[in-house]
Amino acid sequence: MTNPTEYLPRSYHRRVSTFWWLARWSYLKFILREASSVFVGWTVVLTLVQIWAVTHRPSANETFHEWMRHPLMVGVNIIAFLFVLFHAVTWFSLTPKAMAIRVQGRRVPDWAISGPSYAGWVMVSLGIAWVVLRG
Amino acid sequence: MANRITIEVSRYNPARDDEPRMDSFDVPLYEEWVVLDALNYIKDHFDGSLTFRWSCRMGVCGSCGMMVNGVPKLTCATFLSDYASGPVRIEPMRHFPILRDLVVDTSDFLMKLARSKPWIIRKAEKPLDEEYVQTPAQLEEYRQFSMCINCVLCYAACPIYGLDSQFTGPAVIALAQRYNLDSRDEGARERLDILSAPEGIWGCRFVGECTQVCPKHVDPAGAIQQYKLTAAMEWLKAMVLPRGAKEQP
Repeated sequence: MTNPTEYLPRSYHRRVSTFWWLARWSYLKFILREASSVFVGWTVVLTLVQIWAVTHRPSANETFHEWMRHPLMVGVNIIAFLFVLFHAVTWFSLTPKAMAIRVQGRRVPDWAISGPSYAGWVMVSLGIAWVVLRG
Repeated sequence: MANRITIEVSRYNPARDDEPRMDSFDVPLYEEWVVLDALNYIKDHFDGSLTFRWSCRMGVCGSCGMMVNGVPKLTCATFLSDYASGPVRIEPMRHFPILRDLVVDTSDFLMKLARSKPWIIRKAEKPLDEEYVQTPAQLEEYRQFSMCINCVLCYAACPIYGLDSQFTGPAVIALAQRYNLDSRDEGARERLDILSAPEGIWGCRFVGECTQVCPKHVDPAGAIQQYKLTAAMEWLKAMVLPRGAKEQP
């Protein structure tokens, strides 16, 4: 198809501001959600290292715990935890958008799709907490 | 004597200006006036050269989309009284080249729309004396997406489109999904390659602003996420199923 723009007079192209994401709360929320992936990755790596430390010699586990008690690590992990929570919540709120399920001609409400997701999340978290904390 | 409100309007004359500038106008503030009424008042009383698109004045034609205080709006459906203390800043829709004043060039959208084949595709047409019967439930499957009026407010709201103009964009994907979900259509496979390209649905990062600004409640963000699921399933089918089964729509 011919590009009709070439027959039009000069037009003005605007550049998107570097700080476009500060213009609206929804944009900032989006950027924070994207950034949360870094902390999700951090948490996964930390968990893998922890599993490795637990399954290898006790001294490795001791070293890992020593490392985790460092104030800097505590601070980073609190931030990471908040971002992972944010990531999970935004993920579950996306689920009803992606799944347009209809029952008897009516679309299933959003809470009926995200609700079980949250319930599953809580159940899995409680299961893991039970395994970790029982002794 | 009516109250008055200041309207700041973005002006750009391609023959004279290097970049847009803002002009201010003092207009009457009537409770029943929409932003478009103020623009027409300015054109009639202050500056006849002010250029903007409009047609139906009832939120159907999708011509009068502009940025009102930084938010994409149909100016025929945006009441001045909602901005009562003023000033109200009117700018051309973001992310599109400005042709003049408040008029933008939406050719990029129109070309992408044509590429997504937004029409009913049939492998074989039925004889003229046979009908394409559709139940209310089948209509409901796609009705929401059929409400799109091509106003492209969603493109002005989408930062991804602003940063990467290759992105197919919200309305085109929502309209393609409208036909994919139509029980009379058999063109989903033809649209799959276009929509599941990297610059198609996968370009969407789910900011969600397209759905927020849509004046017809089309929910393009929902359409894109649903189509991501469909495309992922199609990819899985292509990987798992034998060739014959893959060719099924």
